[in-house]
Amino acid sequence: MPTWVQLVNLLCAVCFILALKGLSGPKTARAGNLLGAGAAVVAVVLPFIYLDLKHVPLIVAAIAVGSIGGVVGAQKVQMTQMPQMVALFNGVGGGAAALVALVELHEMVPHADAVSWFVLAATAFTIAVGAVSFAGSIVTFAKLQELMTSRPVIFPGLPIVFGASGVAAVVLGVLTVTQPAVWIGIALALLGLLVGVLLVLPVGGADVPIVISLLNAFTGLTVAAGGYVLSNVVLLVAGTLVGASGTYLTLLMAKAMGRSVANILFGALKGGSTLGAGEASDRPVRSAGPEDVAILLGYADRVIIVPGYGLAVAQAQHTLRELVDVLVARGTRVDYAIHPVAGRMPGHMNVLLAEAQVPYEQLVEMDDINSEFKHTDVVLVVGANDVVNPAAKTTPGAPIYGMPILDADEAKQIVFMKRSMRPGFAGIENELLFDPKTTLLFGDAKDSLGKLLNAVKAL
Amino acid sequence: MDEAVVWLTIFILSVFVGIEVISKVSSTLHTPLMSGANAIHGIILLGAVLVTGSTDNDVALVVGLVAIVLAAVNMVGGFVVTDRMLQMFVRKKPKPAATPTEGGNA
Repeated sequence: MPTWVQLVNLLCAVCFILALKGLSGPKTARAGNLLGAGAAVVAVVLPFIYLDLKHVPLIVAAIAVGSIGGVVGAQKVQMTQMPQMVALFNGVGGGAAALVALVELHEMVPHADAVSWFVLAATAFTIAVGAVSFAGSIVTFAKLQELMTSRPVIFPGLPIVFGASGVAAVVLGVLTVTQPAVWIGIALALLGLLVGVLLVLPVGGADVPIVISLLNAFTGLTVAAGGYVLSNVVLLVAGTLVGASGTYLTLLMAKAMGRSVANILFGALKGGSTLGAGEASDRPVRSAGPEDVAILLGYADRVIIVPGYGLAVAQAQHTLRELVDVLVARGTRVDYAIHPVAGRMPGHMNVLLAEAQVPYEQLVEMDDINSEFKHTDVVLVVGANDVVNPAAKTTPGAPIYGMPILDADEAKQIVFMKRSMRPGFAGIENELLFDPKTTLLFGDAKDSLGKLLNAVKAL
Repeated sequence: MDEAVVWLTIFILSVFVGIEVISKVSSTLHTPLMSGANAIHGIILLGAVLVTGSTDNDVALVVGLVAIVLAAVNMVGGFVVTDRMLQMFVRKKPKPAATPTEGGNA
C-alpha cells in the first residue's frame, strides 16, 4: 500500500473520531454526520485508485444498487419507524461483515499454513458475531414493525438450546483456527444466525431499543476484526470506535431505564414477569368528552403534556402543538415532559416533536420537571403509558420496576388520551388509570386532539 | 515491534477514544448518535470491495457482491437517515417564539 494511501486512511480514521465527537453535541451533530459520510466515501473510493481491482463494473453496480436501496429506505421511513430502520441497517451491516470474512476465509484456506492463528481467530469472530448481529437485528426489526409479537418469546429449553449453540459456536471457532475450511466457516455463520435469533426472542418490546444499541456495538466490533483480517486501519479504527461507543451508549440507555443489560437480555428466561398479562381490565374508570377536558385545560394555570409513542403513531404532533399554542395564548404555562425513553428509543420523542416544530424550550427532561408535577393543575398524557406507570416504583417484579418515571400521579388532575384500555408497550396495567384524579378521553389521539382544540378555542 | 502488537495498540487506544468522545452525550441525542455510529460501521463496504476485487472464484464473487450491496445499504442509508433526523433538530433553533403557523391538520 503506497504511503499516501496510508496517510489518507489515517485522515479518514481521524474524521470518524471527529464525526462521533460531533454527533454527541446538538450544535455539531449534523456537521459530524456529514464529516463521517465524507470520510466513508473517500475511504471506499481509494482502492479503485491505487489497486488494480478485478470485477470493477460489477462492484460499482452492486454499490449503486445498495446505495439506491439505502437512500430510498432512508427517505421514505417515517420518523416513528426510525428504531426499526436503524435495526435493519445495522443487521445488513453485520451480515456484510460476516460475508466478507467468509470470502476472506475462502481465500486464506489454500495457504492457511502461512496465516497466523490470530488472523484466523479474528476471521471466525467476524463470521460468528456478524451473523449474530444480522439475525438479532432482523428479529428486532420484526418485533418493532409488529410483524411478530413484541412480547418476550420463551419456550421450554430455550436456555439449554441457547447455551448449546453458544458452546458449539466456540468449538467451530476453534476449529476454524486449527484446521481452516470454508464449510466450517459456513457452519459457524449458520450457528451465529441461530444464536442471534435466540438472543433477541426473549427480550420484551420496551427493551428492544437497548438491544439494537448492543447489536450495533457488536457489528462495530466485527468490522474492527474484519479490519484486522484485511490489514486495513480504517476498518479497524471505525469498527472499534463504534464498538466501544456503542457498548457505552448501551450502558447509558440501560441506566436511563433503571435496568441492567444482563437483566434485559436474560431477565425473561428467569421467568420473572408474571405481571405481563397484557389483558384489558374491566375495572371502572372515569371517562369524559372533549368539552369537559377542554374546560379542565382552558382554566388551568399550569399544564404539563406527557407525549408518548401513541401520539406519533396517530401523527397528532402537529395538532397537539396547535392546542398548546392556543393554551399558551390564553395565559396557561405549558411544558412537555420528555421521558428519556419516550417513544421507542432514547431521544426518539425529541426527534418526533422537533419534526412538528415544537419550540425547543418547551421540551423539559424528566429530572428537571419531576419536581413540578405537584404544582401542576392538569397533566395531559397523550399516547404514553409505561413512562407514568407508578408500578415502576411500587410493584417489585413488574417488568418496568426500577425504571425512573415521570411523577404525573402527583398532579391535581390527570387526563389520559387513549385509544382503548390496552396496556402499554411493556404489557402491564397502569394503576394510574383507575386513580380518582384521573379522567380518560377515549379515541384516536389526532381525532380527540382536534375536537379538544376546537372546544378550547370555543371557551 | 511485533506487527500484531501494533494492531492491538491501535485497537486499545481506539476503544478509549470511542468511549471518551461520546461520554457527555445528552439523552436527546441518543437516537441520532446510535444511527450515526451505525452508519460509520457501514465502512465494511470498503472491506467488501477489497475482497470482491481480489477474488477469482465465481461463488466468492457472488457472495462478495451481496456483501457490497448490504454494506452500501448500511453505509449510505445510515448517513442519509441520520441527516434527516438531525435536520429537524437544527430547524427549530431560529424560531424560539410561539408561532402558530402552518402544519396542523395534515
